[in-house]
Amino acid sequence: MTLDLAQFHDTFFEESFEALDSMEAALLKLSAGDVDAELINTIFRVAHSIKGGSATFGFTDVAAFTHTLETLLDQLRAGKRQVSPGLVDVLLRSCDLMREMLEATKQKQPMDKGRVATLHGEIETIMKSAGSEPAGKSAAAAPAPVVMLSGESERSGWRIHFVPGSKLLRNGNDPLRILRELHTLGPCVIRVDAKYVPPLADLDAEECRLAWNAELSGDIHEDQVRAVFDWVEGECELMLEAFGPVKAKVSTAAPAVVAPEVPPAPVAAPAAATPTATPTATPTAAPAAAAVSAAAPAAPVEAARATNAGEGGSIRVSIEKIDELLNSVGELVITQSVLSQLAAAIEGREAEELRSALGQLERHMRSLQESVMRVRMLPISFVFNRFPRLVRDLGQRLGKKIELRVVGDQTELDKTVLEKIGDPLVHLVRNSIDHGIESPEVRLAAGKSAHGLIELNAYHKGGNVIVEVTDDGGGLKRDKILAKARERGLVGPDEELSEERVYNLIFAPGFSTADVVSDVSGRGVGMDVVKRNINELGGHVQIHSTPGKGSMVRIRLPLTLAILDGQLARVGNEVYVVPIVSIVETMQVRSELVNSIASKGEVFRLRDEYLPIVRLYDLFGIEPDHTELLDGLMMIVEADGKRVGLFVDELMSQQQVVIKSLETNFRPVTGLAGATMLGDGRVALILDIPGVITRFQSKETRRDAAQRAA
Amino acid sequence: MRATAILAEADTQQFLTFKLAGEEYGVGILSVQEIRGWSAVTAIPHSPAWLLGVINLRGAVVPIIDLRIKFNFAKAEYNEFTVVIILNVGARVVGIVVDGVSDVITLASDQIKPAPSLGNNTDTSHIIGFGTLDDRMRILMDVERLMAGADLGSIKSPQ
Repeated sequence: MTLDLAQFHDTFFEESFEALDSMEAALLKLSAGDVDAELINTIFRVAHSIKGGSATFGFTDVAAFTHTLETLLDQLRAGKRQVSPGLVDVLLRSCDLMREMLEATKQKQPMDKGRVATLHGEIETIMKSAGSEPAGKSAAAAPAPVVMLSGESERSGWRIHFVPGSKLLRNGNDPLRILRELHTLGPCVIRVDAKYVPPLADLDAEECRLAWNAELSGDIHEDQVRAVFDWVEGECELMLEAFGPVKAKVSTAAPAVVAPEVPPAPVAAPAAATPTATPTATPTAAPAAAAVSAAAPAAPVEAARATNAGEGGSIRVSIEKIDELLNSVGELVITQSVLSQLAAAIEGREAEELRSALGQLERHMRSLQESVMRVRMLPISFVFNRFPRLVRDLGQRLGKKIELRVVGDQTELDKTVLEKIGDPLVHLVRNSIDHGIESPEVRLAAGKSAHGLIELNAYHKGGNVIVEVTDDGGGLKRDKILAKARERGLVGPDEELSEERVYNLIFAPGFSTADVVSDVSGRGVGMDVVKRNINELGGHVQIHSTPGKGSMVRIRLPLTLAILDGQLARVGNEVYVVPIVSIVETMQVRSELVNSIASKGEVFRLRDEYLPIVRLYDLFGIEPDHTELLDGLMMIVEADGKRVGLFVDELMSQQQVVIKSLETNFRPVTGLAGATMLGDGRVALILDIPGVITRFQSKETRRDAAQRAA
Repeated sequence: MRATAILAEADTQQFLTFKLAGEEYGVGILSVQEIRGWSAVTAIPHSPAWLLGVINLRGAVVPIIDLRIKFNFAKAEYNEFTVVIILNVGARVVGIVVDGVSDVITLASDQIKPAPSLGNNTDTSHIIGFGTLDDRMRILMDVERLMAGADLGSIKSPQ
């Protein structure tokens, strides 16, 4: 039987990254002197399963590193070592390193061996200091092992009944490897239990039908035994039973016998027949004698695992499948609106009933569409989760005391949006830590508490998701920004700007008011990228700030990228969809406001600004109804800080449209963001306002050149 | 590609034949997804004249190409007999407008004659060959060459 392990690689990486996230979260919760066993167990389990997995798949570097880490964690778990801030720091760094190593392995890139070795050495040094540290640093640690030992001293071994699930081999696990590992714990006698083996005719070579009974002797903690089976947890039936002093008997037995024998099962047969071990089955099946002591610690652990598995009741589905579903639903919505339009055109008593039935269909359709859309949605906590770490590290580095408060981390938004919002948010939070929050001394002098506060808040509002990053720091320095902007010529010397416009200046490329460029921020790259990223998502950024009190950046994001709020606009026979986020306002232009600038095309005055006029029919080469500006409508649209007037024949309805890519069967076209289906089944093109402006400008430039040439 | 592969595998292959300005053409039957009537298209700005626009094919945005314009034939009319053949070209779906669909024919490999060289000014790379059946000749086209490789991907919008 050859098994291609590579097919499990992706699952392994995905699970490992998730596990590392939970390890990191647990580490952050771990405070000095804390002995929350559940947290330490979580951390240990992660290290253990990554070790097991990477060893199975032959990622030896990762396995070797995690092995050392696991040994250290094991000391923690056994209470032989106290949690100290320094230790947590090393563990957090190990967490990062493992992530990098796995990432490198996944990408098949070489890993910087030096760094691995350094951290590896650090961990080993800590472990060598085992004797001195707990003794010197913490008196509290000393009693702990004693308690453990006294609890265990009565047991002199474990009877292990191990029935692997039939699929165990197919999942890449090797029971022999597990049994070999048992030997490392102490003297062990293992017998094969072949009673589950079916007649030869029914035998499937790829199924695991053998079971094993083992007697493991020595002072071994139950968790240690269970840890051996961690990797196959849930895929096997495992029963542990402590037994009394039988050392003499065991020690005379041969070290290991792995050969089929007639079942001398020391475990009650009825229990062994149950397909999977349940927490309740364990105590009932175990012979009464030592069962109480063994079952008691086992049950809560089992129960905790069961609940963990229960509340995460989720399945992994590929994005394509969901998109396919979303597509079909989008189709249904279109078909339904075609039907509604048809029904509106017919008369009679039955037509009335038809319309009401169609109305009902529409409501169901909407709720179906929403449900499907929600499948793609994930809570924003996926992004927020990285911030406690970031704030902790950065605050420490800058010598600032910062508390992070997260509100509404269960707010859901589209996965694609979620993936792209991470970096801008990181940037904003870093900015708040570096520029916003003052040092503790300055804060105390200003009458504020020494701890700065950064709040991340996410909530839904009218079909959008709002994410706010608030700090109670010094606020934006309006005068400084304005001075810097004047210096760089972004603002005229006498020009007065509204509060909002001033704050928006920090989004200009290369703009920074930081006096000193630090490695955290101040290089002036970033805020413009933040704004661009958010605009690309169809979102919007706003800044509010009060000097001395702090500032708040509010980001408005669409719930999903699959759907767009659009304004339908008609030019001649063509209908275009203009994204609502790009529209500032729409107006009719009076001729006295229009100027023709030689070689610069037309502009019109909007209050105190002059905006270029983009005649869409001219740009796209279509036949319009109106060429007189007075007869049509001017939509003021904005992109990348540039505003233009887009001249169209008339506005139609506003509606949510499903975005279809032009690239699937065609190719990208400058000025078009995609296409969508209208209620009548026709295709309408969605304008990409930045692209439209770019196209317009390049056309103007060409016209200029042509005129100069002429 | 696909058509030539089939040629190598089997002795016979099937072609869907259609009329275009009086001539009869054929495309490999396996690249044909469906045949549908003419429906209005949405024009794409800044695209060549032969790219009529896009249609909604059950939710997919499908470009429609008029070969009559592309091949510089005199007149392209759209009436109730105008037919669109939807083709699968590689991973893409593309529609071509033709004057009418004629038949499905089966040609043995010896009935397909390679395209003669017509001089430097005539590009024959998209022609597999000429198929003769019942004394009528059809021009057999390599759909992938016609659409994907040579054209759609690399259309430069007129500046």
